[in-house]
Amino acid sequence: MLRLEGVSASYGAVTVLRDVVLEARGGEVTCIMGRNGVGKTTLMRAIMGLVARQGRFVLDGDDLSALPAHEVARHGIALVPQGRRLFGPLTVAENLEIGLMTRHRGRAVHEQVLDLFPRLRERLGQVSQTLSGGEQQMLAIARALCLEPKVLLLDEPTEGLQPSMIAAIREVLLGLKSTGVATVLVEQRVDAVLQVADRVAFMGHGTVAEVVPGAGLRADAPRFAAYVGV
Amino acid sequence: MSFGPFLLLALMEGLVSAAVLALMASGLSLVFGVMRVVNVAHGAFFMTGAVLAWFVAGHVPGPPVVGWLVALIIVPPLVGLLAAAVDVLVLKRLEYEPEAVIVATIGLLYILEQVALLSFGPDARPVAAPFSLRLQLPWFGYSGYKLFVVAAAGAVLLAVWLVMTRTRFGLVMRATQVDRVTARAFGINVDRVYAGTFGLGAALAAVAAVLVVPTTQVHYLMGGDPLLLSFITVIIGGLGSLRGTLVAALIIGLSDGVISMFWAPTLSKIIATLLVALVLVFRPQGLFGAKA
Ligand SMILES: Nc1ncnc2c1ncn2[C@@H]1O[C@H](COP(=O)(O)OP(=O)(O)OP(=O)(O)O)[C@@H](O)[C@H]1O
Ligand SMILES: [Mg+2]
Repeated sequence: MLRLEGVSASYGAVTVLRDVVLEARGGEVTCIMGRNGVGKTTLMRAIMGLVARQGRFVLDGDDLSALPAHEVARHGIALVPQGRRLFGPLTVAENLEIGLMTRHRGRAVHEQVLDLFPRLRERLGQVSQTLSGGEQQMLAIARALCLEPKVLLLDEPTEGLQPSMIAAIREVLLGLKSTGVATVLVEQRVDAVLQVADRVAFMGHGTVAEVVPGAGLRADAPRFAAYVGV
Repeated sequence: MSFGPFLLLALMEGLVSAAVLALMASGLSLVFGVMRVVNVAHGAFFMTGAVLAWFVAGHVPGPPVVGWLVALIIVPPLVGLLAAAVDVLVLKRLEYEPEAVIVATIGLLYILEQVALLSFGPDARPVAAPFSLRLQLPWFGYSGYKLFVVAAAGAVLLAVWLVMTRTRFGLVMRATQVDRVTARAFGINVDRVYAGTFGLGAALAAVAAVLVVPTTQVHYLMGGDPLLLSFITVIIGGLGSLRGTLVAALIIGLSDGVISMFWAPTLSKIIATLLVALVLVFRPQGLFGAKA
């Protein structure tokens, strides 16, 4: 389980997040919702140690608060960044290799991951920036899964994808639940959230304002409206 | 000597310069490619390598080849370590701000030159060739050592290419080059990659220096010309493109050999500079560089 306490994050002198409290439990999908610019991506980057951050970050009892970014990943937190951010000139296989190297995983994990994304198996030698948008998103997720992460952070993975691709990603996320991974999903689409979320954290004014269980949210349209303006 | 053999001689001389230039410029290109900074002290690392090679070769007993081999083995790592230290102590603190790095490496260039002047002195000094084999062609004799330089430079460049394309360290360097933030999110210690890249770039200049010293003289100002030519090569080839650097080094080295021999060395520098101007105007990304 990943627990954040009193987390703040800033870019230079501008503080974007303050006093964030959040829990992501193993085997659950925690969705993060909030308006554009509220700080969802910044929260993901703060967890990874990629922005200046304060507060406590605890993973299964280990305090990660003071670790540099590259060691956060080695403790088992994997990021699927907004906009994918693949290593574009590198091949599919090389992108996966980077993921495998993070936590010294080998052939077995590589095979498991490719079993989830058969389309990538056919394209291992292809330069990743020439993949279609959907394939690129699959690769971004696959690269993160190569860490065998304890926590998987996905920042708007369905952005710009067609429904069949979104459904495929949803299946993968639902499948991951049984493996005990704690998934944190930043998502703007209410219907997508309703299908996978165990809990939903609503962000407003640079912090997590409210956390509610996924079940029962369906009837609660006003909540969504207040935070995402749908 | 008639025209044909004369041209052959010019081409062979050009090939030797091309090989050394390719080594030197690939170091500059590597540093720019991965770290996006310009190392103005690259020529000074070359000079430092040459001075150290002179020192080592003069202090190892036995035939010249032994001292020279010892220099080839220990000087590039020494210069590489020096550069890595500069990266950690200076460039990292400047957060790799491109302008700041240019200023800092200009400072480093002067420091290295002054240290060389104070310790090595103002005179040019020779290093004995490790062997004095002469290759007798029908028209003229040619230094076997110079041909060895071509082969050795080729071998080192092949090794660099294999490291970049076939090893984990190369993969990590390429990933860092593409996106250092995402690289860190995947456990890559970017600070270490930068120190290693800067060290490797300087070590390549030092290899070039150790190879070159038996054919020229060691002098504390000897880094200037190679620095200029490396810049020209890297700009023509495309910043950060290893393949482009090699092709450009061949073009510049061979044309330098031919033009210097038939006309004048100055003319070849003028033409190379003009070529850079043309490339910058019509193909700013270089012959092989990707569009920025
Ligand atoms: N590198 C940066 N430097 C300065 N400010 C930044 C930087 N990145 C983001 N911000 C600011 O931080 C705030 C939060 O940005 P963030 O990207 O976290 O929002 P978000 O919730 O992910 O938005 P979106 O839904 O559009 O992805 C915004 O006001 C943004 O302008
Ligand atoms: Mg965002």
